[in-house]
Amino acid sequence: MKMSQNSSGKDDQASGSKKPISLPISRVRLIMKSSPDVSSINQDALFLTTKATELFVQHLALSSFNNGSGKETNSLSYSDLANTAQETETFHFLTDILPKKILAQDYLNSLEQMQEEEGADY
Amino acid sequence: MAERPEDLNLPNAVITRIIKEALPDGVNVSKEARRAISQAASVFVLYATSCANNFAMKAKRKTLNAGDVLAAMEEMEFERFLEPLREALEVYKKGQKGKKVSEPKRKDKEKKVDTENNKSRAEEGEDDDERMEEEPEVENEAEEEEEVEN
Repeated sequence: MKMSQNSSGKDDQASGSKKPISLPISRVRLIMKSSPDVSSINQDALFLTTKATELFVQHLALSSFNNGSGKETNSLSYSDLANTAQETETFHFLTDILPKKILAQDYLNSLEQMQEEEGADY
Repeated sequence: MAERPEDLNLPNAVITRIIKEALPDGVNVSKEARRAISQAASVFVLYATSCANNFAMKAKRKTLNAGDVLAAMEEMEFERFLEPLREALEVYKKGQKGKKVSEPKRKDKEKKVDTENNKSRAEEGEDDDERMEEEPEVENEAEEEEEVEN
């Protein structure tokens, strides 16, 4: 009975231990192998990295949602993620690929300011 | 290895499903946010691989193993993943043995899981095991040649 045959999302989650991983191992392997100094990876390490990536995705999504501004509107936005990357120690390594967005006008203003400051030195 | 840059992305449908499962029901995740999480996941894989590889290199091993990945998680301060990872690995190992041992009920389950799982990796995933075993041998040969030269 508990091994129900339906494959709804709920069931997937409940049967997390039965269904080991949902991300494709072959793709994770390709990403790992793209790192130049990695020569070979055993099957267990590959499995663990894939599983860890799933945990990471859940953890990043949930932390960003909980710290984010979208709790009232029930939404998760890019800026929630960028804020989490910046504010949470363990997610710092993401700041390069999750830059905070600023308006072009603000950027130009700060650029101008920097140039003025530099100019003052000469 | 990767011929196109897209090869280093993880499948969006799967990432979206994992995000949905993690969040409370009905949360709307913007397309931009989903893409960002997917990219973050790829970077996570690279970061974890690099950390794990450092541990393997320190131990003078060429092949990354489970211990290296777990040590990498600790180094990256994702200790919270350690326990679920250990449990998952145990289940995974049991499942692999179970495939050969006759255990009808279990087999049925696994078949179902397999068909679900393999949609995306059916074409490329099947020869994974073979390749995994081939590579270390190739390297051993290379090492031997080096020794001869010296």
